[in-house]
Amino acid sequence: MSTGTTKLDVVVSDVVPVNELVTRFHFRRRDGQLLPTFSGGAHVVVEMRDGERTRLNPYSLMGSPLDTREYTISVRRDDAGRGGSLFMHSTVRPGHEMVISYPVNLFSLDLRARKHLMLAGGIGITPFMAQTAQLAADGGNFELHYTCRTASLGTYADVLKERYDRRVRLYHDDRDERIELDRLLSSQPLGTHLYVCGPSGMIGWVRDRAAALGWPAETVHFEHFAAPQPGAPFEVTLAVSGKAIRVGEQQSLLEAIEAAGVDPPYLCRGGVCGQCETNVIAHDGNFIHNDHWLSEEEHRSCKKIMPCVSRFEGRSLVLER
Amino acid sequence: MAAKSIISRPVYGTLSPQPGKHHLFVADADGALAITDLAAKAPDGFFADAHIIFIPGNEGQHVAALEALKPAQFYQGPSFASALPRLKQTLANAHMGLRPYLAGTEGLIGQAMQAALEAGIDHTSIQTEHRGSLARRVQCVHCKGITESVTTQPATCSHCGLLLLVRDHYSRRLAAFQGVCINAEDRSEIPPAEEIFR
Amino acid sequence: MYAVNIEPHVVGPKGSALENLIDVDEHYVSEMQDRALVLAEDPLRCQSLPHMTLAGWDLLELLMEQQALGSPEHFTLTRDGDKWRWINRPLGIDDSFTFGDVSTLPYGPMEYITRQSQGDFCILDQRDGNLWMDAGMVTTQADWSLDFDIGMNFFEWHAPVPLAHEKGIFTRALKFLTNIQQGKPARRLNWTMTINPRLDTSPENYHKWGPDRTTVTPENVGDKVHLRVELQSFWRLPRSNGIVFPIRCYLIKMDELVTQPIWARRLHRVIRDLPEELANYKGLSRYRATLVEWLSKLDDGSPTSAGFGA
Repeated sequence: MSTGTTKLDVVVSDVVPVNELVTRFHFRRRDGQLLPTFSGGAHVVVEMRDGERTRLNPYSLMGSPLDTREYTISVRRDDAGRGGSLFMHSTVRPGHEMVISYPVNLFSLDLRARKHLMLAGGIGITPFMAQTAQLAADGGNFELHYTCRTASLGTYADVLKERYDRRVRLYHDDRDERIELDRLLSSQPLGTHLYVCGPSGMIGWVRDRAAALGWPAETVHFEHFAAPQPGAPFEVTLAVSGKAIRVGEQQSLLEAIEAAGVDPPYLCRGGVCGQCETNVIAHDGNFIHNDHWLSEEEHRSCKKIMPCVSRFEGRSLVLER
Repeated sequence: MAAKSIISRPVYGTLSPQPGKHHLFVADADGALAITDLAAKAPDGFFADAHIIFIPGNEGQHVAALEALKPAQFYQGPSFASALPRLKQTLANAHMGLRPYLAGTEGLIGQAMQAALEAGIDHTSIQTEHRGSLARRVQCVHCKGITESVTTQPATCSHCGLLLLVRDHYSRRLAAFQGVCINAEDRSEIPPAEEIFR
Repeated sequence: MYAVNIEPHVVGPKGSALENLIDVDEHYVSEMQDRALVLAEDPLRCQSLPHMTLAGWDLLELLMEQQALGSPEHFTLTRDGDKWRWINRPLGIDDSFTFGDVSTLPYGPMEYITRQSQGDFCILDQRDGNLWMDAGMVTTQADWSLDFDIGMNFFEWHAPVPLAHEKGIFTRALKFLTNIQQGKPARRLNWTMTINPRLDTSPENYHKWGPDRTTVTPENVGDKVHLRVELQSFWRLPRSNGIVFPIRCYLIKMDELVTQPIWARRLHRVIRDLPEELANYKGLSRYRATLVEWLSKLDDGSPTSAGFGA
């Protein structure tokens, strides 16, 4: 039985510039029905049909899970990326018809928590928009610490401050404001769960300090989507389907496999869910692993690859697809 | 130790020092030896942030050895029940960074873990080491009463009197093994009781 | 011995138990009365750990929507934002309440709706790559105790099942279940045997129903022995990200089952060839020989159909 998600036909109902880097997109169902309910921390995969190319990127849903008339996502423009965010910023306008996946949650709240301590960096704020709305509606105990480069790039900082007041603390890099992480982590009541979403350096720092200060691993949750990185083109043989494909510079391996008419299952397209894990049959060259799914040992074994985010450089690669 | 069993039967480890800000030990009788063994591996100053709750039991041993570790707090009490209010208070006021270590009989480990779970600590982060008796706490699935210190198979429920097969199926929430009427289908079948949980 | 028989839970033929994804049949009112009696005697059959209330609301929405969709003549759900009205004609219920506000219902959301839905329900919390049985309404079970198993993970509550752990059945099943997506439920069937048409074969009451197993004779097999089939389905819950696992039980007595010769042949061979451990686990040992002997007379040795997955 195949896994993966059901698709939703939507129309862009609004496009709102939030600041110089971030734009918010609103989706409604084309048939006028309500969208599926979701839980705070869920994402959807947005299909971007850009001429001949289709890119599929995951974005956290940032609206309140209590309101399913529309979904909202926030997209940060990445000028060095593969063009997904640029496509969204430059091409997508209200009335544009798009296809998105059903929501999937790989960054779920642990509802047993006595308190939810949330740490956000930059655009990593988006899953917390939905999670705080969900918790606030039910009297949940949470505290959000949000680091941004400048006040003007503090996406939704004003909204959050207004909604939750003292439960939100802001830190601005340009004013040299820093989270006192050790003190923060050591003053939380027993039963607190920690959630962190932001740049990978920040996630690594928070996880390391939490472990050193005695936070058990199951109390530390992190959202760690890797965006597929561009890279040198490479050739791949798909042994099961008997196809030879070429992965373009701006294309992910998964997208190239799909473009050849082979559809591996996926949920996140960000190297965390494990669905598209693919066996390597033969290779002559080096893997560029970018996922957070396979263990280091598996990375070194050269027997598996996550085609959503990882690449290859070398003479030949044969995959079991 | 227990023979080959089923997955719900608890598995105990060996106490080892964990990263953390505070260390809470709960032990009975020979469980003290698990703490002194850990002390041999612990970094200097480890016990300066430690609280030991100890129930020495009838033999009354090991108190001096634990006091010699110079924990920040030391308590000894006559029974787990007498230590429980203190344990609950400690957990209620604790912060993240507190690490629990439980050592001794299965009954002690199970009941201290129950208190820790209720305080919001996940069982996977609790260090345990079994020392001493394998006597079981058994919940009668029929009347729900818990019989303490069960050593025989089958065993009689101290509440409703049914003859119970003591299974390896274990509930952390109840801190008890499951007891199911062994002759429910035909009460005239009375298997002999053997002492097997010592 | 164990078939990996998970398939998508999609609607089946009209008039079958799969005509709707949540089946409401002619036993609805009597099964709901049976549940009320069991709960009055033993309220521990319905339990929900404190963090599972949101999942209870998810289940309430799922069951109201599915029952209203499948049986509009019996059930009507009207939603206006969080102001909901639920009409259950067979049980004479017409309640208006605020979705998400427990003070507007006479019971918690899970208990409220599962007192009005056939079958047992287990709600599983998903965390740390495992599923945790943290809530349930269980009054028609085949010999397992919610009161004892609540709070256990997927491997722990299945611990007593023989042979399957070693074969990696549960590891594969868990991987499948944790990936169940919203809007794509799955199902499987399970079976055992029950003496007399009794829904509540709980361990709590084993000392009351267990003696029935000694009453099977060659003369009464056809009337007393029942095949018990469980339709288990698995649904992702949207707000809580949990999984609900409804277990719907159907009983058929041997006299009725053997009216289909192909069923009689197959059941004879299955019971005859079942490994000892499984026969013990299913509680058949005391009357297995009597049953096999009785069924053998209806097996002429001709082939059965290929069965699931063939």
